[in-house]
Amino acid sequence: MEVIKIATAGSVDDGKSTLIGRILYDTKSLTTDKLEAIEKTSKQRGYDYLDFSLATDGLVAEREQGITIDVAHIYFSTAKKSYIIADTPGHVEYTRNMVTGASTSQASIILIDARKGVIEQTNRHFFINNLLRIKDVVVAINKMDLVDYSEEIYNKIKADFSELMSKRDYQDQKITFIPVSALKGDNVVNKSNNMPWYKGQALLEHFEQLDKADIFNMGTPRFPVQYVIRPKTEEFHDFRGYAGKVYGGELSVGDDILVLPSKTRSKIKEIYFYDQKYQTASRRSSVTITLENDINVSRGDMIVKEGDLPTIDKEFTANVCWMDSTQLVPGAKYVVQHGVNKVLAKVDRINHKIHPDYSGIEKDVTGLGVNDIASVTFKLNKPIFYDQFKNHRTNGSFILIDTQSNNTVGAGFIQ
Amino acid sequence: MSTIKKDTSNINSLENEAIYILREVAAQFEKPVLLFSGGKDSITLVRLAVKAFYPAKIPFPLMHIDTGHNFPETIEFRDRLVKELGLELIVRNVQDSIDEGKVKEESGRYASRNQLQTTTLLDAIEEFKFDACIGGARRDEEKARAKERIFSVRDDFGQWDEKNQRPELFDMLNGQINLGQNVRVFPISNWTELDVWSYIERENIEIPSIYFAHTRKVFLRDGLIWSADDEVVYRDAHEEVIEELVRFRTVGDMSCTAAVLSDATTISKVVEEIRESTISERGARIDDKRSEAAMEKRKQQGYF
Ligand SMILES: Nc1nc2c(ncn2[C@@H]2O[C@H](COP(=O)(O)OP(=O)(O)O)[C@@H](O)[C@H]2O)c(=O)[nH]1
Repeated sequence: MEVIKIATAGSVDDGKSTLIGRILYDTKSLTTDKLEAIEKTSKQRGYDYLDFSLATDGLVAEREQGITIDVAHIYFSTAKKSYIIADTPGHVEYTRNMVTGASTSQASIILIDARKGVIEQTNRHFFINNLLRIKDVVVAINKMDLVDYSEEIYNKIKADFSELMSKRDYQDQKITFIPVSALKGDNVVNKSNNMPWYKGQALLEHFEQLDKADIFNMGTPRFPVQYVIRPKTEEFHDFRGYAGKVYGGELSVGDDILVLPSKTRSKIKEIYFYDQKYQTASRRSSVTITLENDINVSRGDMIVKEGDLPTIDKEFTANVCWMDSTQLVPGAKYVVQHGVNKVLAKVDRINHKIHPDYSGIEKDVTGLGVNDIASVTFKLNKPIFYDQFKNHRTNGSFILIDTQSNNTVGAGFIQ
Repeated sequence: MSTIKKDTSNINSLENEAIYILREVAAQFEKPVLLFSGGKDSITLVRLAVKAFYPAKIPFPLMHIDTGHNFPETIEFRDRLVKELGLELIVRNVQDSIDEGKVKEESGRYASRNQLQTTTLLDAIEEFKFDACIGGARRDEEKARAKERIFSVRDDFGQWDEKNQRPELFDMLNGQINLGQNVRVFPISNWTELDVWSYIERENIEIPSIYFAHTRKVFLRDGLIWSADDEVVYRDAHEEVIEELVRFRTVGDMSCTAAVLSDATTISKVVEEIRESTISERGARIDDKRSEAAMEKRKQQGYF
């Protein structure tokens, strides 16, 4: 199994740190010194329980020093899988950070405090998870111990959340509700006896049984050429290999392909991974491909299967998450980095702003501020080869780079 | 011939990711360099780079910032590796920075050249006009795991503005920089210590002998085990030299790298030991707290 990356979302004090600490504790991922520190501090503070939020205290310390943490990575593994939790602590710039964390995640946890239920923040968390098309979402209703493990309260929150679900754009997203107590450990790693009415799995059990198909979208293969390998040695005198990562599907020796943008036809001759030749390259493998014909291919070109073309265009409309303090305005120019390809882009128009809490859209906007999400149309100086984000997460996304500062100032999802 | 089963284990996906990153470095930068310490992480990087560019040679040199306090085994190993793979190696010495009066040697009980490396490194970056330095840092090494990016932009002084880091989305790595800036690249960011060891085992990668259990003259201080090499490591007269079966978990500067008691004489035993120590509640892991904290500080000042 691949490493599975889980994004977490929750408002302050909903118990995110406690939940993560609890997972680490129950999976025995905490080192002895860490555990001792938690025991000692909990005792000093007079708690009759272990304060697991201390497990992620490195982050707290950083927060106190005033260092912005946008995405924190926490690592643990079980006998079955390796996990990375991408936690987004801050609440300022929350949208931007959540988008960043979710962009590399395949699953997510949305935390709700059972006493508070669905709040405005929950809408945002869900909106972003849905916008980023995370396939598997767990809604963890936390602090069940503080509401007497009440099934009624759980059902009420579930019903409220389900109302949100009817508004979502990406309907196929799988959503699982789990009542938990991060502090007491109910339904986190181990199933709880306190909620016999809950028949589902514990949180970690849920992730343990996820299959590739549950978290990855299989689709059409795209092979953006990253680097051309020309050894020019005696042994490999005429070797011309195209190095890159396969996205979305598989490529095999003998496949009829087209090289974009020239649309030159060829066939895949060999697939190398290091010094071994393979028949098939599976998705996300970093391979080197050779072609039957001697054609000119360079970085930024894309190899695709014949009859399976992406859109090739100098204009596109995308949902953009703006991440910079300088506004995005119509007419402004940016570098669009689409995979390994870079082109110059001009903002043609801002179609509308989208409120990330399902409260509707706003027309006639003159500019985008940090954390704004909007539908924007761009014109490019050269065509790119894209898919819609909903069909292809990798080939349907891009980042915007400021031409002056060279900073990454936005992210986009092509419609 | 068969299908590449890239998805069968987490190490495969980490390997694919690292190869992707290394290729991005070669494509996006004019003068990249791989910072080589002789330790297991940088040896792993070399292996990944060999795989990334096969059948061509690694398209960038290696650079070692030599503190002069290395374990001799590490240096021997380094020279052999470079020769076998036909790589270009640049060595810059902390001793030279000391001789030129750019930095001052520490003295006393906890004297170490770790801090001093930064100056030598920054000078070398300037000398060769490197625009990307590849390093073997891992996010799991640090208490604050969030700080680093895979592409981490530094200014002229090697410093990073942690408040103004570039967000990294999907697979996309933005290597565009302004004049005077350079980028630190961490291809094995998402690897844990256990991942690195498992990879070394799977790939049958040779590593310096001090990673394996051996008998060594050592002395104890602050609950840690230090190599008794009087030339390099300061020792009080009352700190008695004893012989123990030990190995090192890292191979940095001798003066601040503590050993651990171990009978792991083979790679599979080392992997087993690491696995036990990370997952068991009562693992016999002795954390080198002092050097961990020092490392943290060094990072802020421009080293790794
Ligand atoms: N009773 C109870 N308290 C909890 C639970 N989870 C978290 N807490 C408490 O809620 C407070 C905030 O938790 P913390 O994990 O720091 O929240 P964060 O801000 O989301 O990281 C702390 O005092 C926790 O002890 C729970 O399941 N039950």
